[in-house]
Order: sequence, then structure tokens, then C-alpha cells
Amino acid sequence: MSVRNNPEPAAAGAGDGAPAVREERVLTFGDVFGRDAGGLIVLLILFGALTLWSEQFLTISNLENLSRQVAIYGIIAVGQLLVILTAGIDLSVGSVLGLAGCVTAELIVHGTGVPVAILGGLGVGAAIGVFNGVLVAHAKLPPFIVTLGMLGIARGAVLVLTSASTVQPLPDSFGKIANGSDPILGLPNLLWMLIVVVVVTAFVLRRTVFGRYIYAVGSNPESARLAGVPVTRVLVAVYAIAGFLAAVGGVLLASRLNAGIPTGGTGYELNAIAACVIGGASLFGAKGGAYGAAAGAIIVGTLQNGGNLKNIDPFYLQIIIGALILIAVAFDQFQGRRSRS
Amino acid sequence: MSTATPERARPTPPAPEPVVSLRGATKAYGPNKALTDVDLDLRPGEVMCLAGENGAGKSTLIKILTGAIRRDSGTYSVDASDIGDPSPTEAREHGIGVVYQELSLLPDLSVGENLMMSRLPARRGITRPGELRRQAREMLERVELADLDPDTEVGELPLAKQQLVEIAKVLGESPRVIIFDEPTTALSEAETHRLLDKIMQLRDEGHAIMYVSHHLEEMFAIGDRVTILRDGCLVTSAPMGEFDHDSLIASMVGRKIESLYPASDRTVTDQVRLKISGLRPAGVTTPIDFEVRSGEIVGIAGLLGSGRTELLRAIFGADGCEGGTIEVDGKVVKCGDPRRAVQAGLGLLTEDRKRLGLLLELTIRENASIADLDEISRFTLVDRKEERGIVDRYLGSLRLRAASWEQPVSSLSGGNQQKVLLARWLATKAKVLLFDEPTKGVDVGAKAEIYKVIGDLAAEGLGVVVVSSYLPEVLGLADRVLVMRGGSIAGELPAAGATEEDVLRLASVGGGQRTDGFETEETRS
Repeated sequence: MSVRNNPEPAAAGAGDGAPAVREERVLTFGDVFGRDAGGLIVLLILFGALTLWSEQFLTISNLENLSRQVAIYGIIAVGQLLVILTAGIDLSVGSVLGLAGCVTAELIVHGTGVPVAILGGLGVGAAIGVFNGVLVAHAKLPPFIVTLGMLGIARGAVLVLTSASTVQPLPDSFGKIANGSDPILGLPNLLWMLIVVVVVTAFVLRRTVFGRYIYAVGSNPESARLAGVPVTRVLVAVYAIAGFLAAVGGVLLASRLNAGIPTGGTGYELNAIAACVIGGASLFGAKGGAYGAAAGAIIVGTLQNGGNLKNIDPFYLQIIIGALILIAVAFDQFQGRRSRS
Repeated sequence: MSTATPERARPTPPAPEPVVSLRGATKAYGPNKALTDVDLDLRPGEVMCLAGENGAGKSTLIKILTGAIRRDSGTYSVDASDIGDPSPTEAREHGIGVVYQELSLLPDLSVGENLMMSRLPARRGITRPGELRRQAREMLERVELADLDPDTEVGELPLAKQQLVEIAKVLGESPRVIIFDEPTTALSEAETHRLLDKIMQLRDEGHAIMYVSHHLEEMFAIGDRVTILRDGCLVTSAPMGEFDHDSLIASMVGRKIESLYPASDRTVTDQVRLKISGLRPAGVTTPIDFEVRSGEIVGIAGLLGSGRTELLRAIFGADGCEGGTIEVDGKVVKCGDPRRAVQAGLGLLTEDRKRLGLLLELTIRENASIADLDEISRFTLVDRKEERGIVDRYLGSLRLRAASWEQPVSSLSGGNQQKVLLARWLATKAKVLLFDEPTKGVDVGAKAEIYKVIGDLAAEGLGVVVVSSYLPEVLGLADRVLVMRGGSIAGELPAAGATEEDVLRLASVGGGQRTDGFETEETRS
């Protein structure tokens, strides 16, 4: 066997495409966004349609409003995506979001400094994620059951902690985190957070060993283990990140409302799962990407935003979003069947 | 083997007229022609073998016969009357039965329920368990399983028995034609013999049999005629006696394969690459010791359930072990941790590619590089240029045919998938490679290539261990054969000069003593 650090010259300058047979090809949308392309296309169409339909849609103030609405959904959807890629599911993100927000708020109310309080909230989320991950990876319990249990535990804990009442008042300095904008471009802070989380996650998934391992575990955990992939560590890390990102969402929600809401985040786990599925992720694992999940979250948010602008009954919007999930999955199935035969 | 039940046998009297005849069958998937203008006649009382490499169109032909797919053109007649495009149910009603390669039984249901699945005895929708058991027992008697309790869960049975249950299920539909699709892939030598006897008995009862297998010996053992396909076209259909081993391979491959096994002009050095001392895989009481030297190929033979796979898995750390040490190049490898084993320079090609090897949703490139990612990354970032270089080099050297490394690995044929897995371990520069049934489900042409690679690897100084239930393969490939029995090593033979009988004798002395539990362990893993 020859020396490893000497790849064939033919391969040296290769781009993103296939090295086996070099052929002339145009750069397509799918080449850039890879596994996430579908959701982004739907999103672009939706943006175009709403721009034509409503004059208010493509205005700075509405887009700022939209980005504030979707940022928190988007952040927890990305955490959810990592779990879904391993063929798992995290039902506890909504409850963890509520708990982390209220822990942060309680700490501040009891005189802790804002940065330390935030770290406390994030720590609680990450710790719960690690606990979920250990039960899934080491005790080999089904993810659905583990996180269903945690959904109840975390929500119960936050109600006990706050006696089910809103935690306030919180200082303005805390509220500025989510409600402020950056001084140069004037974009909402929340939007920046979403961008950072999505871009970093996309990079991790595509370029790092850890990212590759996530897809491998989702594809076939036993094959992955026999190829030397540290399957249990990958699983624990994935649930820990999902818990951490849920806590980030919780802190941001508390900051946006400038209060700790004990029921905050109720039902968000289903929104996060919906965002992943609409963005092209498969609940069977190993399919999907961060841009897709973010696109899925923004699609849902944009539909709600557009509905508000045109005064559409929100109950109808629920029906539309539900139908969208079915269409996304059916489309995916249809594609899969075609490529298999 | 001669206890047939005459009262239910002979659905048709033996006649020279073909039961089934296909004329000009053609099928294309998009631009790819899977089958072109193929004729086939199946006659009662005759075993027709279907031979061809992977991708020659055998499975397409079977699917056309069973109604699983529609052909594009050609006629399909049963008893000289055209039956058009049958659905699977219609094909079954016309008497076409299939025993599938991957068993079609439902493992969590009982034997009886599986046998009677399509027509559970029931009164107004409520099942009648007594009647079900009675009918099931009758069906089991036909395959000499009269003592099997119909309430047993199918998943608890060893694979060979499941196969018989499957045959009983097919027989229950009174078929006139029985198609066997690779029925022996998971069976041991002795079980294969028993199955072949059973098939001959079915033939003598007047069934028309079509037999599909990669094992040429089996075809010669039971075939009356052989139909050879190559690249979707009919090469010939002739009496089996007109062929010998070499001429059959030559017609299947279309070129002559000089020697299946690589020449053994390797030099085995004194350098010990793998040293196993006192190793006890879980559930095994006798410690196992052996060594593999640089340049050496050690074969491990043994009956199904003799602990071959368990030994390999224990060495690689796929399962834990109860004691003993494993050393690679003198360094002890921690037991029960595949990741450490990979880092120490071990590689395992598992028997069950789909379940224990491939990452089916991922691309060829990702599958080939997965075990080597730690090596080709800096600060956890995968060096993509290096990754592509490695994939190019190792898959290229294995002459893998694929349009692009970015296509999903699931789109490849069995032999090519095996090459991808092989490349995975070449990329890690493994020092010792463990092969568990390396050519299972792989066609003749690809087999020769895989043998050549194994020989080349040993020649480069690796230590190689090959487990196979196919004795000619073990004897042809290995320098030395370890024969296992009941979880421990029963003896060692130099491959040169040893015969299959020698191996079988060692493997089966007191072979009747192996416990049922053992058998199930193996067949399930």
C-alpha cells in the first residue's frame, strides 16, 4: 500500500462534485446546499408569492418582525435535527426551553448577575440533554419514551420552581439581548443568533468528523460501531446539544418577553419536528441538513406571518401547515421510491 | 429422506410438456435492459438450474415468473395457455411457488400462523387455533418436521428449519412449479445436503423446479438442465451433463477465469501480526489460542454454530470476551471495543453486509472513508482532498465500477458493495484483516477478484483470517486451516493436501452434541 499523503493528481483539484468520472456540469442549487435543497426552494417560492400578494410583506419592519418570530423556533429545530439525524427524536425540547428560561429568570430575580444566570439556564438544558443521551445510548431506552418522560419531568419542575406564576420583573439589560439590534447593520440580535447556530451546525455536519459520525449512526448504528465510530458518545453529544439549544431558545424567549413564563415553549417540540420534516429530514435518520431545518422553521413562520398580514383565520393556517408536513413527507417517499427502483 | 406423504403429492402426472414457458421475455428499467428476449421452459420432474453472474438478469426473470414485475414484451404461458401479465396472487393461483433467498416468514408469529397466513382457519372472523394447529402439522409433515410444535415462534428456529417451514408454506399452496432463489446462502454443508435431497424428492413427486444458486457444486448435484444468462441475454439452455465446472463458469462469465484462487507463492515470515492467547468469547469455556503471521492466510472452518463468527467478533471487539488477550504486532488490544480494535489495526468484514457493514443511506465515498476519518482529519475537520484521494486510490485499485463516488452505496451490486467495505479497511492500513464469509452472495467474477485482493493483502505482509462455510474456498485460499467445533478449535490442517473430508471429519466428530442454543445464536447473528 502506498503512502497516504500522496493523492492522485487527478483528484487534487477536484471541487465538490464526483471525482470518479470527471464530467462537464453546471453548478446547480443542489450542489451548493446539498441535502437541504428542497426546503430552500419551497421557501424562495413562498417569499416570492407573498411579496407579490402583500405589499407589506417585503418591508424592513415586517421582515424584522418575522425574524424575531422564527429565530427561536429555528434554533430549537436545529437541535432537534441533530437528534433526528441519528434516527432519534427529542420530545423534551419544549419543556426544557420553558425550564431553562425560568431558571435564568429566577436566578436574576434572586440577585444573580445576568451572565451567570444565563449560564445557569444553559447548563440546566445541557445537563438534561446529557441525561436523555445517557438513557438512550447506554441504557438503550427508546428515544421517544426517554424524552416523553423528560417532557413531563421538565415541565413539572418548572411549574414547581415558579409555583406556576410568571417570574418578573427582569432588568432591561436582560431584555435587550433578544429585543435589541446590532449597531452596524441594524439586524435583530435574534436573527444573528439564528444565523450563527445554523451556519455553525451546517459546517459541523458537513465538514467535521463528528458530523459524519452523526449520519453514520443514523444510517445504521451497528455498522457504524463496527467501523470504529464511537456510537454512544455521538448519541450523548447529540442529545446534549439538543438540550443546550433548547435552553438557548428558553433564555431568548425569557429575554424577548422580559419575563420567565412557566408554560413557555409548550408544544414547541412538535413545531421543531415539523420544521425538520418540512426541511427534508427523515425520521428514519441520516437524511437532512441544518439549512433545511432552518428553512422548514422559516417556512412555518412565514406562513403564519403572511396569514397575519392577509387576515387569514389562524385556524386555517394550522390546517395548511399540517398539510405541508404531509406533502413534504409524501414527496420524500416518492423520491426515495423512484431512486431505489 | 424418503418418507413422503403420497396422498397429497403429485399434483400433476409427469409429462414432457413444459408447465411454464416464457418466450421472448424482455424487461428494461429505464435505459438499462435487464432482460432481453429470454426463453425458458420448466418441465415437471425436472430441476432447471439458472446460472449467471450478479446482474445477469436472474432475479428479473424470477420476478417476471412470480408476477412481481411486468415484462415489457414476450409471452408467458402455463400449460400452453397464455396467462398474460399475472399479478403475484394470480401467479400463485397458476401454481408458481417461490422459496425466497431472504425468508418471507414473519419472525414474531408462530410457525402455524406463518404457514396459514393467507387463509387462517376462522369462523366469522374469529380464528380457530385447534384447526390451525392441525392443518399446520399436516403441512409440516411433508417436510419431515412432524415433531415441530406449530406454536413455536419462527424467530426462535434455526435458519435451516425456517427454510423448511418456508418450503412447507409454499407446498401448502399445491404449487406445480417451485422456484428456489439462493436457498443455501445461510445453510451449513450438512443442511445444504439435506435441502438438496428434499428438492430432488420434490422433483420426483412431479414438481417442476427452478434452482438459482451461486454454488456451482449444488447445480451439478441436482440439476437436470441449466439455463445460462449473461448481461440479460440467454446464452444457452442445455442438459447439465454437457457442462463441467470450468465450461459452466466460462459460459457464465463469457471469458475464461484461469484460476479462481490466487497462487500461493507468498512468503510467510516469522513476524507474528495477530496473537490470540486464552481468548474466551462470551459463552465459550475452552480458551482459544492461535497466531497469524505476516503474509499468512489462516482459514477457519467449522459447521454452522461452531463459534466461527463469535470468535471473529470477539477478536474485533464487536462482542465482549470473558478472558484472554489479543495482541496486534505485540500490542495488547482491549477487548470489547471495536473503536480500539480499529485503531490497533484490526479490520472486520462482516458476513451480513447490509446489517453489519454498510451505511446504506450514505455515499460510496462516505462508506469507504468512515473508519479512517480520525486519520484524515485535522482538528476534527475532515480533509476532503485527502478523503477523495484515498477513495480514488483504494476503490480504483479494486476496479470498482460506479459512475460517481457520490452515488449512494445502496445502488451497487453485492460484489461491488463488498469492494467498498474492503476499501474501508484498506484505507485504515489495517495490519490484520478478519473476513467472515467474504464471498457470500457474490458472483463468480467478483469472487475471483476478492480472492485476488485477499491474496495480495497477505503478500503485502498483512495477517489475514478467513471464515467460510464454503470449504473449497477455505482450502483454496488459506495456508493453514483451523477447524472449530463447539466453540473451540478442534484441530489444525495445512491447507495444501487437506481435503474437504479431512475438514468435515474434524468439524463433526461428536458434532451431534452441539446444543440447540448454539445453533440459534449463530443463525441469528
